[in-house]
Amino acid sequence: MTWTADQPIVSLKEVRKSFGALEVLKGVSLDVMKGEVICIIGPSGSGKSTLIRCINGLNDIQGGSITVEGQEVHDANLDKLELRKKVGMVFQQYNLFPHKTALENVMMAPLKVLKQDKSEVETRARALIKKVRLEGKENSYPGELSGGQQQRVAIARSLAMNPDVMLFDEVTAALDPETVKEVLVTIRELAEEGMTCILVTHEMGFAREVADHIYFTDRGVIVEHGPPATFFTEASDPRTQEFLGQIL
Amino acid sequence: MEDFFRELAADAPRWNFIWMYEERQQNKILSGLWMTIKLSVMCLIFSVLIGLVGAWMQGAKSAITRAIVQGYIQFFRNTPPMVQLLFFYFALGQFTPVVAGDDGWTVEPIISNVGWAIISLSFFAGAFNVEIFRAGIEAVPESTVEASESLGFSRLQTYIYVVLPLAFRVCLPALNNNLVNLVKTTTQAFAIAVPELLYHSVTIWNDYPSAQYPTMLLLFVAYVGLVAILVFGMSRWERGMKIPGYGT
Amino acid sequence: MRRIPGLNAPTRNMAVLKPFDVAAHSPDGYIFTRWLAAMPWWTPFAMMALIMIWPTLAYAQSRFTTGDAFDALWRWMPFLVMSGFLFNVVISMLAMAIGTVAGAALGLAQISPLKPLRMFAWFNTQLFRNSPWLVLLFIVLLALPFEITIFGQTIRIPDWMKGVFGLSLPVMANISEVVRGAVQSVPTAQWEAAESLAFTRRQILWQIILPQCYKRMLPPWMNWYAILTMATPLCSLLGIEEIITLSRQAMEAEDNHPELLVPFFGFALIMFFLYCYPIARLTMRLERKFAVKL
Repeated sequence: MTWTADQPIVSLKEVRKSFGALEVLKGVSLDVMKGEVICIIGPSGSGKSTLIRCINGLNDIQGGSITVEGQEVHDANLDKLELRKKVGMVFQQYNLFPHKTALENVMMAPLKVLKQDKSEVETRARALIKKVRLEGKENSYPGELSGGQQQRVAIARSLAMNPDVMLFDEVTAALDPETVKEVLVTIRELAEEGMTCILVTHEMGFAREVADHIYFTDRGVIVEHGPPATFFTEASDPRTQEFLGQIL
Repeated sequence: MEDFFRELAADAPRWNFIWMYEERQQNKILSGLWMTIKLSVMCLIFSVLIGLVGAWMQGAKSAITRAIVQGYIQFFRNTPPMVQLLFFYFALGQFTPVVAGDDGWTVEPIISNVGWAIISLSFFAGAFNVEIFRAGIEAVPESTVEASESLGFSRLQTYIYVVLPLAFRVCLPALNNNLVNLVKTTTQAFAIAVPELLYHSVTIWNDYPSAQYPTMLLLFVAYVGLVAILVFGMSRWERGMKIPGYGT
Repeated sequence: MRRIPGLNAPTRNMAVLKPFDVAAHSPDGYIFTRWLAAMPWWTPFAMMALIMIWPTLAYAQSRFTTGDAFDALWRWMPFLVMSGFLFNVVISMLAMAIGTVAGAALGLAQISPLKPLRMFAWFNTQLFRNSPWLVLLFIVLLALPFEITIFGQTIRIPDWMKGVFGLSLPVMANISEVVRGAVQSVPTAQWEAAESLAFTRRQILWQIILPQCYKRMLPPWMNWYAILTMATPLCSLLGIEEIITLSRQAMEAEDNHPELLVPFFGFALIMFFLYCYPIARLTMRLERKFAVKL
């Protein structure tokens, strides 16, 4: 099935997920068009992280369907490798490989997974590290970098695989307030260049400025969604209003 | 120098450093030392292999495999190594097939007492190694493994390039403790007449009671020295393998 | 120059790996006790059943049947327990007593303000911790005189007493480490608070610090007792008549049939297990009860 740019690049339809007896996602549907920036917000335990992890196949689903560029993610015949080339993910912490330098971290996947040529990969890796503003840190180990720097290297590493969609799972939640900004600036630049980004985040200011669409989840369902302009000011559902009232 | 020790033996009857000047005794000491080193090295290699296999089997799907490994390993971890040696050599040794010796007349069992010592001590040390390797593997954060998978590495690639290098560095100090303990435990092979350092020392001072004190001193120095060299070498290696920014 | 995190000063506000406790995964820790205590109470019975199955399978055809082997064991059992195992227990208790007293002294010496004393204590602790137990036993057995003369009275020192002393040496070294560790685990704030109340160092140690340490020291102390008990069979190599020596002598008396090996050695194993298991359970319970709440 060929996918064209007028169709959603990521599409979730009535997705259900349970961990044993506990149902975490109770029928979630959303569509993301190419180039859009989506922010998913909500209280803890609402299923946001689980949702985003289902998109790149880290968690399996018990009902519904998820498609990325027209390809069903939870198809048993799917080559997970192909999917992971299209979808990159950055986690909250413990992203990088501590025993490799920043440059080696960024180079590892294209070299070993895509089996590309070494000098080519190195040039691209250095360019990516420069792009996330970490020039000079190529030979530092993750343990020698601050949290914000580690996350930026993690973003560069995912970008090295040339994905079409980037997923961010609360990437700034474990950082000191001073370092949060540097990461957000990087993500914003990515978004402005046209990368499709799906973020789970608590950073409301960021969401308001950068997102094209905001989804609010609570207890496994999407309660409300809308563009930031209307979402923050005209939220109609009482749960949304309660949540926004607490954090804004 | 040899004359000095001969004179000393004549002047101080209890301090006969006989192995300093007499070649036969010297050879005994050296062969004993060599045997101790040989035992330690062989047991180290086999115990590491056993540890790796055991740790892998502990992650197996079948509950029976896991239970067998668990029971088997626990037995070796928690019974006295000397009794294990006796058990292996006497109780199990009687079942081994016999082959004709070099002279075509005597029969000897296919596994000598040195062989049984290596087997028994390897299983003893290997039992601890399984725990150590398993704990090392578990010390690698989930996120790092997931990040690796999200980049497209297969499970095997993740294991080889990410999990094992990290687990190894993490459990190296505990492995070193185990090795030191192993060297000390090789003395118990005395119980099955393995000609290691202690055994030869005992024969020397049985033959030459005047050499008792010097030989005991030698034993002390030799073992403490061996352990000290090991510890020194191992901490150099640990420092070289250290992950920058991890731990104190 | 101002230190800028990430630039000229390392920051570790984000960990790269989870912490790993080396001590908990090293051979001498609570691994033994934890395993022993975790076993269900029916384990020795299961072990005995297993021990009975194997000879039955292996020796179905032999003339000296397993029944005979177990008869022999039954006949020798009282002797093995009363003269053998009990002796092991006596040795272990005496060695533990000596080792504890000496170890406590050595441990306190390791934290003494007098440098020569500290060095002496450190050296002794490291020396006896890193020497193989069997080597120490041999050295003590042969180096100690077999009789000493005090005030005109000659006292014979039997072999088993030398064995006790030999085993107490590594115990002393390890208890010294336990004591030192326990004292150092008390927060320095305690020392400072006491000093500001004009206590002398000796008073602080004996009246404030050590009373807090007894509870913490008890579980590792019991752990070492279990390890020591498991090490008492080493004495058999020195000719001391404890359970392993007596088992071998008993098997000799029964004409050394190979069918005897498994029951006799298995019996020794079970005796040690039955003795150490309750100790291990008690140790684990005490450890949980006395867990330091910071």
